[in-house]
Amino acid sequence: MVGAGPEARPAAPEPWRDPDAEPYLRLRGVTRRFGEVTAVAGIDLDIYRGELFALLGGSGSGKTTLLRMLAGFERPDSGTITLDGEDLLAMPPYERPVNMMFQSYALFPHMTVAENIAYGLRREGLPRAEIAARVAEALELVQLVGLERRRPAALSGGQRQRVALARCLVKRPKLLLLDEPLGALDKSLREATQFELVNIQERTGTTFIMVTHDQEEAMTMASRIAVMAEGRLAQVGTPAEVYEYPASRFVAAFLGTANIFEGIVRRAEGPGALVESTALDALFRSDADSPKPVGGRVFVAVRPEKMRIEKVAEAGGNGPNRLDGTVRDIAYYGDFVMYVVALPDGSVVRVSRPTETRLTELPITWNDPVAVTWPDFATVLLAQ
Amino acid sequence: MSAPAAVASGRLVRLAVLVLPYAWLFLFFLLPFLIVAKIALSEPALGIPPYAPVLRWTEEKVLTLVLNLGNFALLAEDRFYLEAYLRSLRVAAVSALLCLLIGYPMAYAIARAPERRRHLLLVLVILPFWTSFLLRVMAWIGILQEQGVLNGLLLSLGLVREPLRLLYTEGAVYLGIVYCYLPFMVLPLYASLAKLDPVLLEAAADLGARPFRAFLTVTLPLSFPGIAAGVMLVFIPAVGEFVIPELLGGPSAQLVGRVLWVEFFQNRDWPMASALAVALLLLLVIPIALFQHLAAQRARR
Repeated sequence: MVGAGPEARPAAPEPWRDPDAEPYLRLRGVTRRFGEVTAVAGIDLDIYRGELFALLGGSGSGKTTLLRMLAGFERPDSGTITLDGEDLLAMPPYERPVNMMFQSYALFPHMTVAENIAYGLRREGLPRAEIAARVAEALELVQLVGLERRRPAALSGGQRQRVALARCLVKRPKLLLLDEPLGALDKSLREATQFELVNIQERTGTTFIMVTHDQEEAMTMASRIAVMAEGRLAQVGTPAEVYEYPASRFVAAFLGTANIFEGIVRRAEGPGALVESTALDALFRSDADSPKPVGGRVFVAVRPEKMRIEKVAEAGGNGPNRLDGTVRDIAYYGDFVMYVVALPDGSVVRVSRPTETRLTELPITWNDPVAVTWPDFATVLLAQ
Repeated sequence: MSAPAAVASGRLVRLAVLVLPYAWLFLFFLLPFLIVAKIALSEPALGIPPYAPVLRWTEEKVLTLVLNLGNFALLAEDRFYLEAYLRSLRVAAVSALLCLLIGYPMAYAIARAPERRRHLLLVLVILPFWTSFLLRVMAWIGILQEQGVLNGLLLSLGLVREPLRLLYTEGAVYLGIVYCYLPFMVLPLYASLAKLDPVLLEAAADLGARPFRAFLTVTLPLSFPGIAAGVMLVFIPAVGEFVIPELLGGPSAQLVGRVLWVEFFQNRDWPMASALAVALLLLLVIPIALFQHLAAQRARR
């Protein structure tokens, strides 16, 4: 499921890999406290021009507070924020070259679609003719031509979302902030809107920062993701980096599903390392270097879709990256099957297999003794 | 209960729900109005009641309808009545405007106050209702009269050399009306301002509106239903207000309420008083109905 969205785009430049690239938005030590609670704790972040950057996190992770500081509705207690070389914190919200699409859309109920979109341009004091031309252009961009005289109450959820988007884009902001842009849409509309948002972002070249709690949304749309937890950045990277090379147990478990085991580094093996779990009486081998020295305690993360599951009788000899157990649960998702395998120590491991054939009778069933195996590259070693 | 009976009783309940408000309006608004209108169209007479019946038997045993339009003709002709009407409308309009100017910031502040303090502030707005209306108006006499509290204060501060004439002026009438009717303005305004989603103001700021511009383009238009309700709740009773002008106002400027009272109790001319009342009602109801009709039409478009 993950990765099935509009991520497939022509080889995009990746300015964050270029040490000479100048970041467009620069956050340094940004901190915001609410009484005892530190909502955002000293964030340093660089975002480049033309990115679609996702702030991903659960509720209370500080992602919305961070977005509201960029819009100007919250002031950081300390830290600096610059956009295109300008100090953003020196400007009130109504002077910032930043626009926000609110989660509830916040359309003005007493104005028509066209009046809503024109609102920001009229505040700039542009001539009437130019406002009309730019409103028409924006309506075209979000495919709302013909609805300009409707009131928001007479629009569907998807149409309201487009009005909100057009109202921001028409201002030609340097930075467009999106607060849970798809949160208020129903599931069927969400996927189409994901593609459309990414298309519009690419066509206008506007830098987007979106806040979401939905990992799938972040994975499929974003150029880079910042995973947030407790007011800090747990990891920043491309969707594939964050998914395949999580920096911590938290990130591994937050994005998708991960089986996590604890072990001790026994020795380096080739370019990688061998880790032993005494609780599971098992060895894990990775082809990447361990973050801890020999003898150190590490965590091992393995994605369910990278594992194989076989009946013990059919499995080969005993080697590393193998766990034996019994099938406790089978969840049929249609496109894949998730096996929950109970291990001798009482913990479970989740293995997913695509349903490539149309077998209605699965070869492996409840209470079967099974062997779960995976290749070395699927073993991810985590320091924390 | 069998199914058809249940359906029938359900229909009955629905009918009752529809009929009740109309029955109420008929019984307590239309019927009294028709009685007053009937008295307005009759001729004054000596006796109890002090007017002649509209329908009566002539000596030839013919039922005749005798309508006296003279009262309404007099209302239109005599400048005294017309001036009283216009004065009442002006006083009510100015009072409603003053209430709006004072009430709007109050309602705004209450709606923006922290949740836990809002209830206390609302109770404070309603608090004066716990004292008799008449007593509160009387209290203003004590404050405003020549040896009153306010003059005493001004004199002792040396701001004036001799007591000001505050009581029995038009200013005192405005003061009384605004003071008494302010809660009726604040409450509907508060209701509509509290409903306003603060995110809309953030959106306005985000789109480049300075705070005052955001107020003019978002808060004000969205609070219009509250403004309309508040203005009506102050304006309508203020037009016919009798007690406040009687107690605080001067003798020269007669308002409709007082004229009505004089016709009714001093001149015992019930038909004339009724004609005044009917004219006052029509003068208020027709423009309001028209306004509502237009507003409904505009909302439908």
